[in-house]
Amino acid sequence: MATVTINGETRTLDVPDDMPLLWALRQELGMVGTKFGCGIGACGACTVHIDGVAARSCSTTVGSLAGKKVTTIEALGQSAVGKALQAAWLDVDVMQCGYCQAGQLMSASALLAKNPSPSDKDIDSAMQGNICRCACYGRIKTAIQIAAAESEKANV
Amino acid sequence: MSELAEKVNLSRRTLLKAGALAGGGMFLSATMPGIARAATGAAEPAPLNAFVSIAPDGQVTIVGKNPEIGQGIKTMLPMLIAEELDADWDKIKIVQGDSNAAKYGPQIAGGSFATPMNWFPMRQTGAAARAMLLEAAGKKLAVDPATLTTSKGVITDPATGRKLGYGEVASMAAEATVPDPAKLKLKDRKDFVIIGREIGGIDSPKIVHGEPIFGVDTQLPGMVYAAYERAPVFGSKLKSADTAAAKSVPGVIDAFTLEGKGGPDQLVDGVAVIAKNWWVANQARGKLAAQWDTGDWTSHSSAGYDAEARKLMDGPPSSDVFSKTGDVDAAFATAAKTLDEQYAYPFLAHVPMEPMNTTALMHKDGTLEIWSPTQNPQAGQMGVAQMLGLKPDQVTLHITRMGGGFGRRLTNDFMHQAAAIAAKMPGTPVQLIWSREDDVRSDFYRPAGWHRLRAALDADNKLVGFDDHFVTFELGGAYNPAAMAPDIFPAKFVPNLRYAQSKMKTAVPMGALRAPASNAIAFVTQGFLDEVAEAAGKDLPTLLLELISGREKEPDPPGGGFGGPQRGFNPDRMRGVIEKAVAMSPWGKPAPDGHAYGFGYYFSHQGYFAEVVEASISAGKSPQVHNVWVAGDVGHTIINPFGALNQVKGAVIDGLGQATALAIKIENGAVAQSNFHDYPIPRMPFAPEIHVEWVKSDNEPTGLGEPALPPAIPALTNALYKLTGNRIRSLPIDRKLLTKA
Ligand code: FES
Ligand code: FES
Repeated sequence: MATVTINGETRTLDVPDDMPLLWALRQELGMVGTKFGCGIGACGACTVHIDGVAARSCSTTVGSLAGKKVTTIEALGQSAVGKALQAAWLDVDVMQCGYCQAGQLMSASALLAKNPSPSDKDIDSAMQGNICRCACYGRIKTAIQIAAAESEKANV
Repeated sequence: MSELAEKVNLSRRTLLKAGALAGGGMFLSATMPGIARAATGAAEPAPLNAFVSIAPDGQVTIVGKNPEIGQGIKTMLPMLIAEELDADWDKIKIVQGDSNAAKYGPQIAGGSFATPMNWFPMRQTGAAARAMLLEAAGKKLAVDPATLTTSKGVITDPATGRKLGYGEVASMAAEATVPDPAKLKLKDRKDFVIIGREIGGIDSPKIVHGEPIFGVDTQLPGMVYAAYERAPVFGSKLKSADTAAAKSVPGVIDAFTLEGKGGPDQLVDGVAVIAKNWWVANQARGKLAAQWDTGDWTSHSSAGYDAEARKLMDGPPSSDVFSKTGDVDAAFATAAKTLDEQYAYPFLAHVPMEPMNTTALMHKDGTLEIWSPTQNPQAGQMGVAQMLGLKPDQVTLHITRMGGGFGRRLTNDFMHQAAAIAAKMPGTPVQLIWSREDDVRSDFYRPAGWHRLRAALDADNKLVGFDDHFVTFELGGAYNPAAMAPDIFPAKFVPNLRYAQSKMKTAVPMGALRAPASNAIAFVTQGFLDEVAEAAGKDLPTLLLELISGREKEPDPPGGGFGGPQRGFNPDRMRGVIEKAVAMSPWGKPAPDGHAYGFGYYFSHQGYFAEVVEASISAGKSPQVHNVWVAGDVGHTIINPFGALNQVKGAVIDGLGQATALAIKIENGAVAQSNFHDYPIPRMPFAPEIHVEWVKSDNEPTGLGEPALPPAIPALTNALYKLTGNRIRSLPIDRKLLTKA
């Protein structure tokens, strides 16, 4: 039995301690926005925030989360940066199939939270853990730049 | 209507059917002539994939009925209807249609077919609905309908300024005369307001909020999850498995074996493990200790295939000659210069981002309900019905949005597995999910292939002989996506030419991968023609233009195929994109230090593409692409420029990524790779700048899912050759060849 704080709510999970967070989110809590892509930390589709830092939920056990705060794609719009990213994503029509995009958005929002005006290289290195099989990389980068510029304007 | 529309001849036979909606308002469905499979001649009328309804409150709903794999079809096809209907795009509702051949006709996401197949019929459907609304409005206002105008879902009488919303006349319109599609006047291209507009994906707002829209997001009350253990070695039969051990794992509900039925595209032998949580089921697979009878298939390997193919290429082709012009042997005997080289490429996997999955529920009344991310729903529905001894109409198949396809989901093996499992647990919905390892190791792979190519040049450096001895695999009678079509360029453009093949045996399942055949043949032919051009003292675009010089367009094949109207190969369109690519790029100019340009051209899926790649070699000895210039001709109209650019850029990166790093290797009869760490799909730092320009020739629009991919590969390998002096004749690119010769 584990107790985890997810999107500000305390949830109790009756699952083995070594169950990855991904499967607890998707199939115990019905929060299916976080996606399964590889299960080995190699694709980023399952990215969530743990205490504000991007983490792969497929490689994070439920048992390791005591006292930590998990944020998922379902709550992304609650932060200003998250909102700006969602808007930019739609503005440039980033996606093709869209399956990787929850993970992309979670990685991008973790990046902007700690580095509000990232360079091209910063974006490349923060995002290289996220595969987009449809290869929407150019638009993902553009959308991050737009969201960064928007957030900057809002803060002036 | 344009003159071409007449020629297409689909328009005349489109049948429209209208009716009243239950709560008032109208609907319109359309039937177009069944599209003859290949050239089987006339076909029965089959309903078209179009369905539009207008509610009394003006809400326009359009059924997007082709499967959405990220190619943008769920947005694009309704755009065609909405354009001619003059609907307000921002208020339209689009719903996904279920799998239903009788209602919708063909529903398949493959072959870049949807655009050519639907360009006229979809627009006719919209125009017919508009005509009926106008007829009703004319009656209501007591004016000649021909004097009324429409815009954004509103009808205006210009004489009086009176306005009527579509909803206000929708119920009356349900009674109006259904127009003869052939007499409908479609819009002039210059009047388009929706077609040609940059329109974002219809599901995108849901995606950025993480809403459940993909197949694997399906949730049903009481649902359980299944994992499926199958043989690692292709062609094996299950001998035994310890299901009791798996069942003893806490959380596991059941475990049972299933006997295969049909080929690998249907049900293969395996063991299902069921649990309340998929992770638990998948972990419990470790306890199964399944034993397999592998026959002698463990002796098969990629290295073995390569050795056998090289031996075969030393001799004459063992099997059929499938393309022949002139006298090849004589051309080589009298040639001034000859080239003789071997090209090869590996098996490839599709690895769409969303792993294979299907949710199935065997109802207590014996009918089956399925939710599946499939590119080929009707085939799946039929196959599953047959497997379980049901009639097709006892199987309801809901098509879900899918996280990529690339051809993988044309084969419904995973759907068969889910259905077979569900059939064992009536009343309980079960979701089968594959791990990524399952996906990489149980794919229908792009076939590996080998080509021995020879070219003969005469004393004037003209290409007078061309010979391809192709080594491929047998695929017992089924469609072989490895097949090389007889008219692959430069067939018909070299006076003496022969394509022949030899075949090897394999149990490795093969299937169509985005731009099937072309994704390999473009590398082979355009790479080798670059060698020929060099031997002739010219560059590749010059050689290509010489080969087609003075040649006329081929006649359109009669009748059109499954993919809608087909057009004969047109050398002018080929020239158009080659000249455009040269003009828009720095081709022919000196490249920045350490960089080089490479050229590639290819025609596939009715699209003409020429591409220039600017590459260098990184310190880590891997190819680095900086820029790609793409000139494409898919007709006079780009229906949705947003989606179109996404398809082209994605296809180019897909091709470059394959060439650089991807291979599926068979070892001891099984796939050696397992996940993204050893099957490295391109990541963001790999993605180059891609500059796209359209050559808008006067042809009806065709599809974009595939044709931009093939030429990117030879454009890259031809650029790398200029940097090192080493020809790249085998994929993926051998790092050892990236040091200067
Ligand atoms: S599913 Fe977690 S990184 Fe791929
Ligand atoms: S949009 Fe398809 S995987 Fe990224």
